[in-house]
Amino acid sequence: MRGVGEHYRIIHANRLSRIGFWIIVGFLTVAVFAPWIAPHGPWEMLFVDGRIASLRPPSWAFPVGTTHLGYDLFSQLVLATRTTVIIGGVSGLISILIGANIGLIAGYYGGKIDEILMRFTDILYGMPFLPFIIVLIALFGRKLEYVILAIVLIIWRTSARVIRAQTISIRQRQFITAAKARGCSDLRIIYRHILPNVLPLLLLYASFNIAWSIITEASASFLGFGDGETISWGGMLYELWLSGKTRVAWWWFAAPSICIVLLVTSLVFVSRAYEEVANPRLRKR
Amino acid sequence: MTTKAVLEVRDLNVRYNTSAGPIHAVSEVSFDVFGDEVFGIAGESGCGKSTLIRALLRLLSPNGICESAVISFKGHDLRTMPDREFRKDILWREISLVPQSAMNSLNPVYRVGAQIVEAIRAHRRCTRATARERVAELFDVVGLQADLMDSYPHEFSGGMRQRAMIAMALALDPALIIMDEPTTGLDVLVQERILRRIRKIRDAIASSIILITHDIAVIAEMCDRIAVMYGGRFMEQARSLDLFESPHHPYTLGLKNAFPSIHAVGAELISIPGFPPGLIGPQTSCPFEPRCPFRIERCATETPQPVTITEQHEIRCFRSAEAESLRELAKSKATWHCSN
Amino acid sequence: MALFELKNVNRHFEIRPGLVSRVLHRHPTRWIKAVEALNLTLEEDEVLGIAGESGCGKSTTCMMIAGLAPPTAGEIHYRGKRVDNLEGEALRRHRRHVQMIFQDPYESLNPRFRVFDIVAEGPRAMALWPERGIGTRVADILFAVGLEPGKYNARFPHELSGGERQRVGIASALVMEPETVIADEPLSMLDVSIRAGILDLLRGLAQERHFSCIYVSHDLSILGNIADRLLVMYLGQAVEIGPLKQVIRAPKHPYTRALIGAVPVPDPRYRRPIPRISGDIARPIDPPPGCRFAPRCPYADASCRKTFLGLDTSDPLHHQAACHRLEQITDDDI
Repeated sequence: MRGVGEHYRIIHANRLSRIGFWIIVGFLTVAVFAPWIAPHGPWEMLFVDGRIASLRPPSWAFPVGTTHLGYDLFSQLVLATRTTVIIGGVSGLISILIGANIGLIAGYYGGKIDEILMRFTDILYGMPFLPFIIVLIALFGRKLEYVILAIVLIIWRTSARVIRAQTISIRQRQFITAAKARGCSDLRIIYRHILPNVLPLLLLYASFNIAWSIITEASASFLGFGDGETISWGGMLYELWLSGKTRVAWWWFAAPSICIVLLVTSLVFVSRAYEEVANPRLRKR
Repeated sequence: MTTKAVLEVRDLNVRYNTSAGPIHAVSEVSFDVFGDEVFGIAGESGCGKSTLIRALLRLLSPNGICESAVISFKGHDLRTMPDREFRKDILWREISLVPQSAMNSLNPVYRVGAQIVEAIRAHRRCTRATARERVAELFDVVGLQADLMDSYPHEFSGGMRQRAMIAMALALDPALIIMDEPTTGLDVLVQERILRRIRKIRDAIASSIILITHDIAVIAEMCDRIAVMYGGRFMEQARSLDLFESPHHPYTLGLKNAFPSIHAVGAELISIPGFPPGLIGPQTSCPFEPRCPFRIERCATETPQPVTITEQHEIRCFRSAEAESLRELAKSKATWHCSN
Repeated sequence: MALFELKNVNRHFEIRPGLVSRVLHRHPTRWIKAVEALNLTLEEDEVLGIAGESGCGKSTTCMMIAGLAPPTAGEIHYRGKRVDNLEGEALRRHRRHVQMIFQDPYESLNPRFRVFDIVAEGPRAMALWPERGIGTRVADILFAVGLEPGKYNARFPHELSGGERQRVGIASALVMEPETVIADEPLSMLDVSIRAGILDLLRGLAQERHFSCIYVSHDLSILGNIADRLLVMYLGQAVEIGPLKQVIRAPKHPYTRALIGAVPVPDPRYRRPIPRISGDIARPIDPPPGCRFAPRCPYADASCRKTFLGLDTSDPLHHQAACHRLEQITDDDI
């Protein structure tokens, strides 16, 4: 089984995934130390010479500029990083956990269990995301937990399907019959014999899921379905949209957008390293 | 058997360049294939027999490099012939191949007959109808009913597919047919039938055949002359009767010991200890040296050159003169398993 | 008492056509009869060879005996106790006594496990011994199959040669201390020069550790070297059984005769007679009643197409063939 060192080696074998890895580490550090890094609160109105520091472009005092209400965008960005990392991490991990288990169980047992689980997955495929989150928010209110719940419920489906397919192909290999003949129970075969063999694929989809939840959260917040109490990158864009200053305040638009693109791209880069492990044919000769 | 060689190969070397260093897959191989004969190449996996064939047919992967002193086919120098000309005039027309796992070499979405018709028309100008007639004729030669032409490969059994591949190889009356493990993976009765077909074809059509297999019994039944390959070299080359009745090379002796025969039920089998060589880096010893019970100091520092024993019987071994006594010693299990 | 006894065992599969072809084309459900009416005993400390071509049901028979595929009819008894209807935990426990060695050493070892963990997996899964006891037993068995534990414990399968992998496969079966070992073509992927070594190993271990062995192969030359008794199967039916030398030297059934006659012989002087059978092996889909070899058999008559003559297992040393027409077969025919 792979140790930590081996994952480090996999990621570092590829230049792009190495860059991605360090960018992610950077964002994680910011997320952890956000309250100490941010010089101001997210919704703290700032004044310069007694007047609201409204729509200031980036400068020494305000590295990323300010909003029309005089909020410091740098502080908002740093604090939003924490939200994004929590949402991405939690919903990415929960969704891969659900997806992997459903995929493994459906693929291993086959038959009726597979049929039921996969038809359930198909139903979720038919579920459009936005109406789903609108209904959820309308029912329970704008809270971070519900945003995460909505994302998780939607994105586990793809990982479940992919892992089921891989499980089916591994289940047919002789070493699984061998394990059965040695007296391994079904659960032992699933988690000890099959899981390590789908692990590269699982990690690949874990990073996809994280990237996807970050984008989804940003879209949801941008459309006004985010948590009103917590600042997030999508929420920052939503406020920009509400303020009607899109054409004036380029920095307000640029800062959260760049962060979203940077983090998602880094995740995709890291996932590429795992894609090569999961699919050896992609490896350079 | 005519004395004129159809194919003449001298000093053929193939190496693959890999990140671990060059792999010398085939070294200093020389042989002739005469008209109307079946020349067998026997060897285990990784001995270089498939690489040798790929090199002859120019099917090596891009990191494979082939060097040789002579490759002459019916008087044409194949080394200097441009690729285009080789593909057009030699491949299929003059030298054809029945590939390993030929069973899977048919395209599943086309009818079997149509695939052979295409192969014929790619090389010879003729109408579809003439080509179909030819295919019907070929099916008869390999023992398939002509009306099976319009079936798809999945409707064929493994043995039938194999026969269809042989029909395809015969399509253009090549002077030389190379068969790479033609019966591996087939059932015994099917194998027997295909081998009988191949013998019949050899008698009916004036083609030479190179037969490559790891199955010593198949080679014994089919071939006029045999080369035993190990570690990329021809260790022993002889007429098949000579090879089976007076084998000289320790590796040949070992193989004979290890191979069961249904005519000797319960006879003791003796395996050859150790593993085949990796062939990475320069080859400065006899490749069989690490596993050979009769090795002497010289074997580890020098590669033996071919020694001629009798007419058409060559071996690469420093102790060829002692063959008689080695043969006696090799019969005992202790020789192979206790001295090491 | 026999170790294993198979009484009239069948294994049939249904091939159901899709709903559309069932409704529109009225395709009926068809049956693959992989094994039919098989009677067989396995005695203690014997090596039983099962020979036959692809599709003859030899692998299915192995899977049934190993408890990996239940028979669809008939009974399997192990030391007098019925085992074909075991389920769940009891089945898992029973599997310990019957271990398999698989055909393809490249496929039968989990690529993500190290040698030690591969061999230790069975005992761990069944919690046979405490971890330390497992450690010493794994070391013992690796040593017994000729792999030095210190050198091999930490290796992955891809770092081993074919022969070494097959030895690991044997070790992981034998570490369970089974009473029966089923070897399904364990040599077919290995090189000729090392086959004999694995055969010797298996034979030696069988004597030393007192297990019975079922050795399945399509290669009669190899079976001739390891088995004590030989069973020949054709399309799911047992056609001949008896002590090895008798079956190989004096085969009775027309199929066995053809099969043995077709085995290549490493002797360039040998000229083989032309077998008298015709046609290709079919698939056992909806086979007609009677002897399944009848359509290819030169001796077949109406009785062969009507009923299949089963084998009688009361005396394991009795050489017998499931054929109606044994008297009509003369020795100069093959």
